[in-house]
Amino acid sequence: MNRPNHSDLELRPDLERIARWIRPKARVLDLGCGDGALLAWLQSEKECLAYGAEINQDQVLACVQRGVNVIQADIDTSLSLFSGNRFDVVILSQALQATHRTEAVLREISELGQEVIVSIPNFGHWSHLVSLLMGRMPVNRRLPYEWYNTPNLHLATVSDFEALLGRLGLTIIEHQYLVESDNGELKSIASLPALRATLALYRFQKQ
Amino acid sequence: MQTKNSLGPVAEQFAQFDQPLTLSSGQAIEGFKLAYETYGVLRADRRNAVLVCHALNASHHVAGTRLEDPEDIGWWDNMVGPGKPIDTNRFFVVGVNNLGSCFGSTGPTSIHPKTGKPYGNDFPLVTVEDWVEAQALLANRLGIDRFAAVIGGSLGGMQAVEWSIRFPKRVAHALVIASTPRLSAQNIAFNEVARRAILNDPEFHEGAYAEFQAVPRQGLSVARMIGHITYLSDDDMAQKFGRALRNKQGYGYGFDIDFEIESYLRYQGEKFSQYFDANTYLRITKALDYFDPAARADGDLAKALVPAEASFCVISFTTDWRFPPERSREMVSALMRNNAKLVYSEIDAPHGHDAFLMEDPRYHALVRSYFDRVAAEVGCA
Repeated sequence: MNRPNHSDLELRPDLERIARWIRPKARVLDLGCGDGALLAWLQSEKECLAYGAEINQDQVLACVQRGVNVIQADIDTSLSLFSGNRFDVVILSQALQATHRTEAVLREISELGQEVIVSIPNFGHWSHLVSLLMGRMPVNRRLPYEWYNTPNLHLATVSDFEALLGRLGLTIIEHQYLVESDNGELKSIASLPALRATLALYRFQKQ
Repeated sequence: MQTKNSLGPVAEQFAQFDQPLTLSSGQAIEGFKLAYETYGVLRADRRNAVLVCHALNASHHVAGTRLEDPEDIGWWDNMVGPGKPIDTNRFFVVGVNNLGSCFGSTGPTSIHPKTGKPYGNDFPLVTVEDWVEAQALLANRLGIDRFAAVIGGSLGGMQAVEWSIRFPKRVAHALVIASTPRLSAQNIAFNEVARRAILNDPEFHEGAYAEFQAVPRQGLSVARMIGHITYLSDDDMAQKFGRALRNKQGYGYGFDIDFEIESYLRYQGEKFSQYFDANTYLRITKALDYFDPAARADGDLAKALVPAEASFCVISFTTDWRFPPERSREMVSALMRNNAKLVYSEIDAPHGHDAFLMEDPRYHALVRSYFDRVAAEVGCA
């Protein structure tokens, strides 16, 4: 296929890994789609029919400027807007920890999509443990908030998250434990993910 | 209020149609004229046309000032003009007065060609569908096969929806703002109270008030007061008027105006009754009540929207309780089921239903960006 050079469609490394999991022409819902970068990529590179949901007005505007389908909605309260729709894939990228009704959201999105892709920051990373040992909540590049102003309400370790998936009857199809280096590059790791992973990606479905 | 970069004086135009138009009711209008205004230049390829559909009490005078009256500024002058979100340097914008209106298109105040008297109550009921049919005839006359966008707020948004269903090939983008796919029981109830006020006015004379040199001013005025309440949000009203008293000394212990809100509503009602026609008001509220595309498709809105090929931009306002965001979400949900291209924004604005007419920076930024996209598609960016 003759593909134009999409230098402007360079994806953030974690989104790129999510994008690789998605089949061409899939019907995709990206919850918390931000500025629509992943949607734009899926639309142009994989010919997906992709919708994004985003609560922030500036991000919605950015999506309009990119020419992607965007629906202004709050994941916590407005998922019913998408019911009656069936998606091949529902994506929730680094947004689950900011939801109020985390368990309900997980259950609801696994009804909406054949498959669900979720990425979460691993709160069990060793640097966080060091912070806690020093008596302070971790604040770093990936979790840049203080305890009193963080939007992240439900932080979990990879083991916590996997336990919840199991309890909800959701089966992991694939996962990736990743370490994000200071220059933003991602590296997969196999050993000691509970301590070493900064980010985990999961692809799962209802049993 | 006239905004900067306004278009300046604009001349209204008329298009006469001599073929009969069969209406949803089964009745026909033998011949009719439509009043319209245009802004900007239709390019040789005719792809840069935008149709603006008006709501209940507005007209074809969308932007600029009327040639005859420099004080009369178009109802959407903050949205349409050179450098505005709908940029008339790029687009050829058409504002059309709907059939049955009282602002220049054939309506109840027009002279019936057979009787030589005003139609009055003999003017048939016209629906959103009828308006769109008539607008399409005007588009033909102007040589526009396909609109780059059809846009409207409130009742105007219903027309944009109807365009997308009825003429799928003729609409590239439909912008549906502060609108609804159908009126709720509460909406119809408000309309019915407004109609009763007019119909029960002794000056109404069964709609033939013109023959009696009368105007059902009281009824119209009450109708407008009711409507106006539904256009504003509770917060907005509290902010603007609160319980402020007209007479600072205190209550009057009678039924004259005590509160500022009473004064404001009476003023709005009286002003309206001086320029709006009662028979027109009755008919337009019925057109609102009747619009329900889902009803034509077994109550399934998605099914009703299946023919539509347009990309949609749906916008609602959080404080709009007349056509609240829930109604727009129903439309969004249906469009998504049909795999439509779609943008939906819920603007957090304090002004209730009327927010669609206001100059809110987030709202205008969104419409501007959307039209940038439309312009890029039709090559007039």
